[in-house]
Amino acid sequence: MAEEEEAELSDKQKIEIAKWFLLNSPPGEIQYVAKDVKSILNDDDVYHEAALEAFSLYNKSHMISLEMPDRSGDVLVTSFGELEENAYLDPRTTQVAIVDHVKQVCTEVRPATDEELPSPFIEEFRCALDAEILKYVGEAYPKGVCSVYCANGKDVEGLGSDFELVVVISASKHSPQNFCNGSWRSVWNILFKDDLQIVEVQGKMQVGAHYFEEGNVQLDTKHECKDSTLFQAPEDCALSISSIICHHETEYLASLEASYLNLSDSTFKDLRRKLPVTRTLFPWHNTLQFSLTRDLTNELGIGK
Amino acid sequence: MEAAMGLMRRIPPKHTDTALTALLSLLPHHSSDLLSQVDQPLQVMCDEDCGKDFILCEYNRDADSYRSPWSNKYYPPLEDGSLPSVELRKLEIEANDIFAIYCDQYYEGGTSSVYMWEDDNEGFAACFLIKKDGSKTGQGRRGYLEEGAWDAIHVIEVGPEEEGTTNYRLTSTVMLTLTTNNESSGSFSLSGSIRRQMSMRLSIADGHICNMGRMIEEMESKLRNSLDQVYFGKTREMVCTLRPPSEVAQMRIPEN
Repeated sequence: MAEEEEAELSDKQKIEIAKWFLLNSPPGEIQYVAKDVKSILNDDDVYHEAALEAFSLYNKSHMISLEMPDRSGDVLVTSFGELEENAYLDPRTTQVAIVDHVKQVCTEVRPATDEELPSPFIEEFRCALDAEILKYVGEAYPKGVCSVYCANGKDVEGLGSDFELVVVISASKHSPQNFCNGSWRSVWNILFKDDLQIVEVQGKMQVGAHYFEEGNVQLDTKHECKDSTLFQAPEDCALSISSIICHHETEYLASLEASYLNLSDSTFKDLRRKLPVTRTLFPWHNTLQFSLTRDLTNELGIGK
Repeated sequence: MEAAMGLMRRIPPKHTDTALTALLSLLPHHSSDLLSQVDQPLQVMCDEDCGKDFILCEYNRDADSYRSPWSNKYYPPLEDGSLPSVELRKLEIEANDIFAIYCDQYYEGGTSSVYMWEDDNEGFAACFLIKKDGSKTGQGRRGYLEEGAWDAIHVIEVGPEEEGTTNYRLTSTVMLTLTTNNESSGSFSLSGSIRRQMSMRLSIADGHICNMGRMIEEMESKLRNSLDQVYFGKTREMVCTLRPPSEVAQMRIPEN
């Protein structure tokens, strides 16, 4: 009895376990995972505490998009736009979306204050880039949502200082009736370096997909890359940055395709071949010979 | 239990171990159900008597020890550990020898183990296991994989003989992870697990090993094929839905 009590988990441990399950939910599936976790825990207080912590982390790391109630479009939930735990800036509409993390909805919006927005100087660069990225995402992603934030130096008033913008692109497709969900996330850090007169571009792309009809198969990819361009006027910077992003993302997609192409013929072979080294089905009807001359056959087998 | 199985369908297959441990601690009174319904990645132990590796599973476990199919001994040593009958052990030895060759021909390496035990209804049951580490640091001959694990579990229930035929009921699970990693395309990882069943009534004239072997071979090929074509294919389709490789995007590549 004493031992059993020791083995009993504390609420804190249960919360940690519940959070682990929630945070490991595939794209678009946290609500389903939450339902199962809730029923396993059978303790609403523990569940709510875990959900409160896990949902906001999940929403931010998956960069989910939520519809704003006034029909002004979608807001991305990202750490770059986070003003408070449940308040996210939408730079394009200069609004702040109030978000219910666990329900994954935007409940209201308010206009952003001047302090929450970048200076007019930064805004010129940000807006120009946003317009180009919006055009690109509209063409490349059937359901992409994008946002350009100022990550550093939002109060810079003019040339002479460094600042940093961040481009976030998030596209997801949820098709539970077809047992398939997926998401594409890319984050591009754009560093404007005044002293060197260059703009450094650092990208991180991440793709996840889950197919679960009578099974559970998941794709998980990550890639990082770097590039740079000249520090120019806002419109020129916007054009060259967006073409850099387009170029790298297109290349990345092609490399994913290549990985898939290599899969069945070469990569998968290192796990299991389609046919034995002898290229014929295994001679089960004639296995007696194996037991007698196993070593010999073995050598022949490997030698193909 | 239903919720637990629901979670196992969603948690990334490469985290199966952690997920199972977590579920066991949350649902201690369901531990035997969980252990029998959730397939876990296979573990390997060395049979020190003959210096060969063997695979651990519920079917060769007695208390905290596991029976090696090579020496028929328990590791760590266990007195009175349960053993198959002499006759069944003979079949088990033969099955292990042949299955090791099968394993070598399809997997170019890997570890195999076969366990047999008497069951309650005049027949017997067998479990065929294969574990392959296909990573370039493991037994991946071509060196493509940063990480590559394939675990196959085949459990066959063999019914009593009736007029020269016997019913074979096979349940197979394959679990795999494969990760490639390189400078130009970053890390690319697929992991998955699927389980299928198949039943056949076969003449015992060819012998049990031949019958079971053919069923396993057919099943493994089917599973490999559906992972490759269907399951991986669906994730690829998803990628193309998210960001179609359109000509529009191609045209926008800057002409440096």
